[in-house]
Amino acid sequence: MTHLELTGVAIDFPTPRGPFRALDGVNLKISQGEFVSLIGHSGCGKSTVLNLVAGLYEATEGGVVLDGKEVREPGPERAVVFQNHSLLPWLSAYENVELAVRQVFRHSKSKAEMKDWIEHNLELVHMSHALHKRPDEISGGMKQRVGIARALAMQPKVLLMDEPFGALDALTRAHLQDSLMEIQARLNNTVIMITHDVDEAVLLSDRIVMMTNGPAATVGEILTIDLERPRNRIALADDVRYNHYRHEVLSFLYEKQHKPDDNDSQDTPSKKSTTTKTESSGLAQDVHSSNSSTGESTAPAAA
Amino acid sequence: MNTQSTRSTPALLNIGRLQLPLRTPSADSMTRIARALLLPLIGLLVFLFAWHIAARNIDTSLGKFPGPAQVYEQTQGLIADHNRERGREAAFMERQEKRNAAILAKNPDAEVRIRDYTGKPTFVDQIGTSLFTVLAGFAFASLIAIPLGILIGLNGTLYAALNPLIQLFKPVSPLAWLPLVTMVVSALYVSDDPMFAKSFITSLITVSLCSLWPTLINTAVGVSSISQDLKNVSKVLRLPFMTHVIKIAIPASIPAMFTGLRLSLGIAWMVLIAAEMLAQNPGLGKFVWDEFQNGSSDSLGRIMVAVLVIGVIGFMLDRAMLLLQSYMSWDKNAVVR
Repeated sequence: MTHLELTGVAIDFPTPRGPFRALDGVNLKISQGEFVSLIGHSGCGKSTVLNLVAGLYEATEGGVVLDGKEVREPGPERAVVFQNHSLLPWLSAYENVELAVRQVFRHSKSKAEMKDWIEHNLELVHMSHALHKRPDEISGGMKQRVGIARALAMQPKVLLMDEPFGALDALTRAHLQDSLMEIQARLNNTVIMITHDVDEAVLLSDRIVMMTNGPAATVGEILTIDLERPRNRIALADDVRYNHYRHEVLSFLYEKQHKPDDNDSQDTPSKKSTTTKTESSGLAQDVHSSNSSTGESTAPAAA
Repeated sequence: MNTQSTRSTPALLNIGRLQLPLRTPSADSMTRIARALLLPLIGLLVFLFAWHIAARNIDTSLGKFPGPAQVYEQTQGLIADHNRERGREAAFMERQEKRNAAILAKNPDAEVRIRDYTGKPTFVDQIGTSLFTVLAGFAFASLIAIPLGILIGLNGTLYAALNPLIQLFKPVSPLAWLPLVTMVVSALYVSDDPMFAKSFITSLITVSLCSLWPTLINTAVGVSSISQDLKNVSKVLRLPFMTHVIKIAIPASIPAMFTGLRLSLGIAWMVLIAAEMLAQNPGLGKFVWDEFQNGSSDSLGRIMVAVLVIGVIGFMLDRAMLLLQSYMSWDKNAVVR
């Protein structure tokens, strides 16, 4: 049963030199309770996919359908955990979650129920000890925990996570990954997570969606991770299948989608249709401020 | 020899550094207090001395330029004037009450009139008038500027529409507005029993017109520079407009807003003095102008007292805004200066 479906999604961003196509022909079906990671080089449009599902961007072609309804605007049923927590700095952890809970449940929960629900969600992410601390009084990992609690408290149909642990140190990240797996096991949320981290993707996901480089990025390969849960990072470190999955992702990222770097300068016209290529590579910079475009890797969509 | 000495220097420095934490904290705080008090005091004394010397060498048609001593003398004179005037007022009220009591004793049905004392306003009264006017004008300006600033900060279209107007009116001097405001107020503010004097309304509006802009612009900038992440949070939550304003826009723009408010209050105070001087509206500006016209040997000294008082009040108004800012701001650690 399809819960969330992206069909033929393409998006153009306006630039001074005409529209820039960031994504093209993205097709993806996600079932209820599935944990899907999006992985790809920076600037390849992972965040754009997430923002499309969130409703923060609107697709130029194709569309996103959640439970039979097209996504047209942002809403709490598609809660987002932002990369840099995005907590309101003037509100305590409790108040940050409260803002969301009040908004979502103002007609369906009493004051006491809301209080219980806020505390319950903060407990879920192990933040009960710092309910009334403001974001500047807690560590980066704790802020991200509160951000997750805020998203979970909206009781979303889909939880969207934009590199949620990217800004954290490795130990804190591992802790939070374990917490997330535990919560996911309990609540069976549908999760879409963007990540750069191959280990994180393999450890957490049911499927890993690997994206090609932009412009006009699309889904390259989808890898199903068939490891039983609960997963233990230490036990898996020696697991043959785990390492095989890691290898698959790594080879996609570094062999098939080799990132063109500085010696392959972006103003070198590529071998294909010269004009459009150079143009779009310049535009890629405008939008993503990264020199992503040139090289053979982008072939499928651009051709 | 040479190498030896260079090698020994770091060692000495090290000892010095090691000793620092061992010093008693009281000695350390003493130095800090000395720095905080002594240096400004020295600055003040140097200024007073220079003023004293300069004043002795400036001759005007109204006598020598007032030095610190004359100004001190005039300050006491002005306070004595004020107290004398208050004494007269009290005596007047007492006489009036006695007279009325006598009339009522003779004929209980008689209508007694209570007249206000109509003495000349003293320097202290003028300070009070000016302070009240500036605060009223500033409050009025803020009531317009803050909501409007939030609106144009949130709405790019509105900003584009209003920005040329803001830029056009921002640099206009109060003196240019004053005749227009005076005429409009005389024409429109017609009432048999006015709650406020016309001169007060004129000053208030002039002050507001000039002090509106910094608050308006800074609030708009503060609101429009809220991070995209927080705006996205608001979108995902589908926060209603007012909730977005109260929970996100206002707290995020408090620092910028207060920068604007402080600039506005400073401008309001400067504009008010000029307006009072030009329009002969009661207040410190009128006091200065009256003394100038009066042209006695005390006049320059009295004007100098007014100048200092204007400065002190301006400074205190700014400090008051700072206190208000640190009270209102969510970020208690922010450096406010």
